[in-house]
Amino acid sequence: MSLLPFFEWCENTAIGEAIRNSLWLFPVIEAFHLLALALIGGAVLLVNMRLLGLVMGERPVSELARDAHPWFVGGLLVMLASGVPLFLSESIKCYYSVAFWVKMSSLLTVLVFTFTVYRRVTLADEDRIGAVRGKLVAIVSLALWSAVGWGGRWIGFS
Amino acid sequence: MSLLTLSEWLERTEWSIALHESAYAYAIVESIHVWALCLFVGFAAMLDLRLLGLSFRRVPVSELASRLLPWTRVGFAVMVVSGVLLFYAIPVRSYHSVFFRLKLVLLVLAGLNVWLFHSGIYRRVARWDLDVPPPRRVRIAGALSLLLWATIIFSGRMIAYNWFDCGRTQSDLMIFLAECGSFVDPYAVP
Repeated sequence: MSLLPFFEWCENTAIGEAIRNSLWLFPVIEAFHLLALALIGGAVLLVNMRLLGLVMGERPVSELARDAHPWFVGGLLVMLASGVPLFLSESIKCYYSVAFWVKMSSLLTVLVFTFTVYRRVTLADEDRIGAVRGKLVAIVSLALWSAVGWGGRWIGFS
Repeated sequence: MSLLTLSEWLERTEWSIALHESAYAYAIVESIHVWALCLFVGFAAMLDLRLLGLSFRRVPVSELASRLLPWTRVGFAVMVVSGVLLFYAIPVRSYHSVFFRLKLVLLVLAGLNVWLFHSGIYRRVARWDLDVPPPRRVRIAGALSLLLWATIIFSGRMIAYNWFDCGRTQSDLMIFLAECGSFVDPYAVP
Protein backbone atom coordinates (compact mmCIF):
# COMPACT_ATOMS: atom_id res chain seq x y z
CA MET A 1 0.00 0.00 0.00
CA SER A 2 1.33 3.40 -0.90
CA LEU A 3 1.22 6.39 1.45
CA LEU A 4 0.97 8.76 -1.49
CA PRO A 5 -2.84 9.24 -1.27
CA PHE A 6 -2.44 10.30 2.35
CA PHE A 7 0.26 12.80 1.40
CA GLU A 8 -1.98 14.11 -1.38
CA TRP A 9 -4.77 14.56 1.14
CA CYS A 10 -2.36 16.47 3.42
CA GLU A 11 -1.32 18.72 0.55
CA ASN A 12 -4.99 19.54 -0.14
CA THR A 13 -5.88 20.56 3.43
CA ALA A 14 -7.03 24.13 3.97
CA ILE A 15 -3.96 24.88 6.09
CA GLY A 16 -1.58 23.64 3.42
CA GLU A 17 -3.41 25.66 0.80
CA ALA A 18 -3.41 28.83 2.91
CA ILE A 19 0.34 28.60 3.48
CA ARG A 20 1.03 27.98 -0.22
CA ASN A 21 -1.09 30.98 -1.18
CA SER A 22 0.66 33.29 1.26
CA LEU A 23 3.93 35.03 0.53
CA TRP A 24 5.06 35.28 4.15
CA LEU A 25 3.32 32.48 6.10
CA PHE A 26 5.86 29.79 5.20
CA PRO A 27 8.93 31.89 6.10
CA VAL A 28 7.39 33.07 9.38
CA ILE A 29 6.39 29.55 10.48
CA GLU A 30 9.83 28.37 9.40
CA ALA A 31 11.46 31.03 11.59
CA PHE A 32 9.48 29.82 14.61
CA HIS A 33 10.59 26.28 13.76
CA LEU A 34 14.17 27.56 13.91
CA LEU A 35 13.64 29.40 17.21
CA ALA A 36 12.32 26.22 18.81
CA LEU A 37 15.29 24.35 17.36
CA ALA A 38 17.64 26.60 19.31
CA LEU A 39 15.71 25.85 22.52
CA ILE A 40 15.64 22.07 21.95
CA GLY A 41 19.27 22.17 20.83
CA GLY A 42 20.32 23.93 24.04
CA ALA A 43 18.45 21.51 26.31
CA VAL A 44 19.56 18.37 24.45
CA LEU A 45 23.19 19.46 24.05
CA LEU A 46 23.51 20.48 27.69
CA VAL A 47 22.41 17.09 29.07
CA ASN A 48 24.27 15.07 26.43
CA MET A 49 27.48 17.05 26.84
CA ARG A 50 27.17 16.52 30.60
CA LEU A 51 26.84 12.77 30.00
CA LEU A 52 30.01 12.96 27.90
CA GLY A 53 31.76 14.80 30.74
CA LEU A 54 32.28 17.97 28.70
CA VAL A 55 30.31 20.48 30.77
CA MET A 56 28.95 21.07 34.32
CA GLY A 57 30.88 18.12 35.73
CA GLU A 58 30.15 19.07 39.35
CA ARG A 59 26.38 18.76 38.90
CA PRO A 60 24.53 15.44 38.89
CA VAL A 61 23.18 14.48 35.46
CA SER A 62 19.74 13.93 36.94
CA GLU A 63 19.52 17.50 38.26
CA LEU A 64 20.40 18.99 34.87
CA ALA A 65 18.11 16.56 33.05
CA ARG A 66 15.18 17.48 35.31
CA ASP A 67 15.82 21.23 34.87
CA ALA A 68 16.25 21.00 31.10
CA HIS A 69 13.28 18.69 30.48
CA PRO A 70 10.42 21.26 30.51
CA TRP A 71 12.32 23.41 27.97
CA PHE A 72 12.91 20.38 25.80
CA VAL A 73 9.21 19.48 25.88
CA GLY A 74 8.20 23.10 25.28
CA GLY A 75 10.58 23.35 22.33
CA LEU A 76 9.32 20.04 20.97
CA LEU A 77 5.69 21.22 21.07
CA VAL A 78 6.57 24.40 19.15
CA MET A 79 8.58 22.27 16.72
CA LEU A 80 5.55 20.05 16.06
CA ALA A 81 3.10 22.94 15.94
CA SER A 82 5.24 24.69 13.31
CA GLY A 83 6.54 21.59 11.53
CA VAL A 84 3.15 20.08 10.76
CA PRO A 85 1.85 23.17 8.88
CA LEU A 86 5.15 23.40 6.97
CA PHE A 87 4.69 19.76 5.97
CA LEU A 88 1.05 20.31 4.96
CA SER A 89 2.12 23.08 2.60
CA GLU A 90 4.43 20.79 0.60
CA SER A 91 3.47 17.20 1.45
CA ILE A 92 3.93 15.77 -2.03
CA LYS A 93 7.39 17.30 -2.36
CA CYS A 94 8.20 15.70 1.02
CA TYR A 95 6.89 12.33 -0.15
CA TYR A 96 9.52 12.29 -2.90
CA SER A 97 12.28 13.75 -0.72
CA VAL A 98 14.84 11.33 0.72
CA ALA A 99 15.80 13.96 3.31
CA PHE A 100 12.23 14.02 4.59
CA TRP A 101 12.16 10.26 5.19
CA VAL A 102 15.60 10.35 6.82
CA LYS A 103 14.36 13.09 9.10
CA MET A 104 11.08 11.42 10.03
CA SER A 105 12.54 7.98 10.72
CA SER A 106 15.31 9.53 12.83
CA LEU A 107 12.77 11.69 14.62
CA LEU A 108 10.53 8.76 15.47
CA THR A 109 13.53 6.74 16.70
CA VAL A 110 14.98 9.57 18.78
CA LEU A 111 11.63 10.36 20.39
CA VAL A 112 11.10 6.76 21.43
CA PHE A 113 14.72 6.62 22.61
CA THR A 114 14.42 9.92 24.51
CA PHE A 115 11.27 9.04 26.43
CA THR A 116 12.49 5.51 27.31
CA VAL A 117 16.22 4.74 27.56
CA TYR A 118 17.50 8.32 27.64
CA ARG A 119 15.04 9.49 30.23
CA ARG A 120 15.70 6.49 32.48
CA VAL A 121 19.48 6.83 32.23
CA THR A 122 19.57 10.60 32.76
CA LEU A 123 17.30 10.48 35.79
CA ALA A 124 18.95 7.45 37.42
CA ASP A 125 21.65 7.43 40.04
CA GLU A 126 24.92 7.84 38.13
CA ASP A 127 26.85 5.24 40.11
CA ARG A 128 24.31 2.62 39.16
CA ILE A 129 24.34 3.49 35.45
CA GLY A 130 28.07 3.88 34.93
CA ALA A 131 29.93 6.49 32.89
CA VAL A 132 30.38 4.30 29.82
CA ARG A 133 26.68 3.55 29.44
CA GLY A 134 25.93 7.26 29.95
CA LYS A 135 28.37 8.22 27.20
CA LEU A 136 26.92 5.63 24.85
CA VAL A 137 23.42 7.01 25.41
CA ALA A 138 24.69 10.54 24.73
CA ILE A 139 26.37 9.52 21.47
CA VAL A 140 23.24 7.72 20.23
CA SER A 141 21.04 10.69 21.18
CA LEU A 142 23.36 13.24 19.52
CA ALA A 143 23.73 11.13 16.36
CA LEU A 144 19.97 10.74 15.99
CA TRP A 145 19.24 14.43 16.65
CA SER A 146 21.93 15.39 14.12
CA ALA A 147 20.25 13.20 11.53
CA VAL A 148 16.93 14.92 12.28
CA GLY A 149 18.53 18.35 11.93
CA TRP A 150 20.52 17.67 8.75
CA GLY A 151 17.55 15.88 7.20
CA GLY A 152 15.33 18.81 8.05
CA ARG A 153 17.68 21.42 6.62
CA TRP A 154 18.14 19.29 3.53
CA ILE A 155 14.38 19.14 2.75
CA GLY A 156 14.72 22.80 1.84
CA PHE A 157 17.61 22.21 -0.54
CA SER A 158 16.00 19.44 -2.56
CA MET B 1 37.06 51.44 -0.66
CA SER B 2 33.39 51.38 0.28
CA LEU B 3 31.66 48.29 1.62
CA LEU B 4 29.75 48.08 -1.65
CA THR B 5 32.87 48.07 -3.84
CA LEU B 6 34.37 45.53 -1.44
CA SER B 7 31.26 43.34 -1.88
CA GLU B 8 31.45 43.74 -5.64
CA TRP B 9 35.11 42.79 -5.61
CA LEU B 10 34.40 39.76 -3.38
CA GLU B 11 31.63 38.71 -5.74
CA ARG B 12 34.14 38.39 -8.59
CA THR B 13 36.70 36.31 -6.66
CA GLU B 14 37.11 32.73 -7.71
CA TRP B 15 36.21 31.25 -4.31
CA SER B 16 33.03 33.24 -4.02
CA ILE B 17 31.88 31.97 -7.39
CA ALA B 18 32.90 28.42 -6.45
CA LEU B 19 30.91 28.59 -3.20
CA HIS B 20 27.94 30.06 -4.99
CA GLU B 21 27.93 27.64 -7.87
CA SER B 22 28.79 24.44 -6.00
CA ALA B 23 26.00 21.92 -5.71
CA TYR B 24 26.68 21.14 -2.04
CA ALA B 25 29.17 23.60 -0.52
CA TYR B 26 26.66 26.36 0.22
CA ALA B 27 24.13 23.92 1.66
CA ILE B 28 26.77 22.29 3.86
CA VAL B 29 28.02 25.63 5.18
CA GLU B 30 24.45 26.68 5.92
CA SER B 31 23.76 23.41 7.73
CA ILE B 32 26.84 24.00 9.87
CA HIS B 33 25.54 27.51 10.57
CA VAL B 34 22.24 26.04 11.80
CA TRP B 35 23.98 23.30 13.78
CA ALA B 36 26.20 25.81 15.59
CA LEU B 37 23.07 27.83 16.32
CA CYS B 38 21.95 25.04 18.67
CA LEU B 39 25.19 25.23 20.62
CA PHE B 40 25.48 29.00 20.63
CA VAL B 41 21.93 30.29 21.01
CA GLY B 42 20.85 27.10 22.79
CA PHE B 43 23.39 27.52 25.58
CA ALA B 44 22.90 31.29 25.70
CA ALA B 45 19.16 30.65 26.11
CA MET B 46 19.78 28.18 28.96
CA LEU B 47 21.78 30.88 30.75
CA ASP B 48 19.22 33.58 29.95
CA LEU B 49 16.46 31.41 31.43
CA ARG B 50 18.52 31.15 34.61
CA LEU B 51 18.97 34.96 34.60
CA LEU B 52 15.18 35.17 34.44
CA GLY B 53 14.93 32.76 37.38
CA LEU B 54 13.05 30.22 35.26
CA SER B 55 15.45 27.27 35.18
CA PHE B 56 18.47 25.66 36.89
CA ARG B 57 17.40 27.45 40.06
CA ARG B 58 19.73 25.51 42.36
CA VAL B 59 22.77 26.28 40.20
CA PRO B 60 24.57 29.56 41.05
CA VAL B 61 24.52 31.96 38.09
CA SER B 62 28.31 32.27 38.21
CA GLU B 63 28.71 28.49 37.99
CA LEU B 64 26.35 28.16 35.04
CA ALA B 65 27.93 31.15 33.27
CA SER B 66 31.51 29.99 33.75
CA ARG B 67 30.71 26.44 32.51
CA LEU B 68 28.51 27.39 29.56
CA LEU B 69 30.29 30.48 28.23
CA PRO B 70 33.39 28.65 26.92
CA TRP B 71 31.04 26.54 24.76
CA THR B 72 28.98 29.51 23.62
CA ARG B 73 32.27 31.06 22.52
CA VAL B 74 33.06 27.95 20.47
CA GLY B 75 29.54 28.08 19.01
CA PHE B 76 29.88 31.78 18.27
CA ALA B 77 33.21 31.26 16.50
CA VAL B 78 31.64 28.61 14.24
CA MET B 79 28.65 30.92 13.66
CA VAL B 80 30.93 33.77 12.58
CA VAL B 81 33.14 31.66 10.31
CA SER B 82 30.19 29.93 8.60
CA GLY B 83 28.23 33.20 8.50
CA VAL B 84 31.10 35.06 6.83
CA LEU B 85 31.32 32.26 4.25
CA LEU B 86 27.57 32.53 3.57
CA PHE B 87 28.02 36.28 3.02
CA TYR B 88 31.09 35.65 0.88
CA ALA B 89 29.07 33.32 -1.38
CA ILE B 90 26.49 36.05 -2.16
CA PRO B 91 28.12 39.38 -1.27
CA VAL B 92 26.30 42.01 -3.33
CA ARG B 93 22.79 40.72 -2.71
CA SER B 94 23.56 40.36 1.01
CA TYR B 95 24.98 43.89 1.12
CA HIS B 96 21.67 45.26 -0.16
CA SER B 97 19.47 42.91 1.88
CA VAL B 98 17.41 44.80 4.47
CA PHE B 99 17.20 41.65 6.61
CA PHE B 100 20.97 41.26 6.56
CA ARG B 101 21.31 44.90 7.61
CA LEU B 102 18.75 44.46 10.36
CA LYS B 103 20.57 41.36 11.55
CA LEU B 104 23.88 43.23 11.81
CA VAL B 105 22.27 46.04 13.81
CA LEU B 106 20.64 43.51 16.16
CA LEU B 107 23.98 41.68 16.55
CA VAL B 108 25.60 44.94 17.67
CA LEU B 109 22.75 45.47 20.17
CA ALA B 110 23.12 41.89 21.46
CA GLY B 111 26.86 42.43 21.87
CA LEU B 112 26.17 45.67 23.72
CA ASN B 113 23.77 43.83 26.05
CA VAL B 114 26.42 41.20 26.80
CA TRP B 115 29.05 43.88 27.43
CA LEU B 116 26.78 45.94 29.70
CA PHE B 117 25.82 42.84 31.69
CA HIS B 118 29.39 41.63 32.19
CA SER B 119 30.88 45.03 32.95
CA GLY B 120 27.96 45.99 35.22
CA ILE B 121 25.86 43.90 37.54
CA TYR B 122 27.67 40.61 36.82
CA ARG B 123 30.77 42.02 38.59
CA ARG B 124 28.78 41.83 41.83
CA VAL B 125 27.39 38.35 41.07
CA ALA B 126 28.52 37.02 44.47
CA ARG B 127 25.75 39.09 46.08
CA TRP B 128 22.91 37.55 44.04
CA ASP B 129 24.40 34.31 42.77
CA LEU B 130 21.66 32.07 44.15
CA ASP B 131 18.76 34.53 44.18
CA VAL B 132 15.54 33.25 42.62
CA PRO B 133 14.39 35.38 40.99
CA PRO B 134 17.61 37.35 40.42
CA PRO B 135 17.62 41.18 40.69
CA ARG B 136 15.51 43.14 38.21
CA ARG B 137 18.45 44.34 36.14
CA VAL B 138 19.64 40.76 35.70
CA ARG B 139 16.22 39.64 34.56
CA ILE B 140 16.07 42.53 32.09
CA ALA B 141 19.46 41.52 30.66
CA GLY B 142 18.26 37.91 30.29
CA ALA B 143 14.98 38.92 28.64
CA LEU B 144 16.75 41.34 26.27
CA SER B 145 19.22 38.65 25.30
CA LEU B 146 16.45 36.13 24.51
CA LEU B 147 14.51 38.73 22.55
CA LEU B 148 17.56 39.89 20.58
CA TRP B 149 18.74 36.40 19.66
CA ALA B 150 15.22 35.45 18.62
CA THR B 151 14.95 38.47 16.31
CA ILE B 152 18.46 37.79 14.98
CA ILE B 153 17.44 34.22 14.06
CA PHE B 154 14.27 35.62 12.52
CA SER B 155 15.99 38.22 10.37
CA GLY B 156 18.71 35.73 9.45
CA ARG B 157 16.16 33.25 8.15
CA MET B 158 14.41 36.01 6.17
CA ILE B 159 17.60 36.90 4.24
CA ALA B 160 16.82 33.88 2.05
CA TYR B 161 13.59 35.46 0.76
CA ASN B 162 13.58 38.00 -2.04
CA TRP B 163 10.55 40.22 -1.26
CA PHE B 164 12.69 43.29 -0.74
CA ASP B 165 15.43 42.55 -3.25
CA CYS B 166 16.62 45.54 -5.27
CA GLY B 167 15.99 43.76 -8.58
CA ARG B 168 12.23 43.93 -7.87
CA THR B 169 9.87 46.89 -7.71
CA GLN B 170 10.20 48.43 -4.25
CA SER B 171 8.75 51.27 -2.22
CA ASP B 172 10.84 54.43 -1.67
CA LEU B 173 11.45 53.36 1.92
CA MET B 174 12.89 49.99 0.88
CA ILE B 175 14.95 51.61 -1.89
CA PHE B 176 16.40 53.91 0.76
CA LEU B 177 16.98 51.17 3.38
CA ALA B 178 18.58 48.78 0.89
CA GLU B 179 20.50 51.49 -1.02
CA CYS B 180 18.96 50.20 -4.24
CA GLY B 181 20.15 53.34 -6.06
CA SER B 182 23.64 51.84 -6.22
CA PHE B 183 22.50 48.30 -7.00
CA VAL B 184 24.01 46.60 -10.02
CA ASP B 185 22.75 43.07 -10.61
CA PRO B 186 25.89 40.91 -10.54
CA TYR B 187 24.13 38.15 -12.49
CA ALA B 188 22.78 40.36 -15.26
CA VAL B 189 23.86 39.23 -18.71
CA PRO B 190 25.63 42.17 -20.39
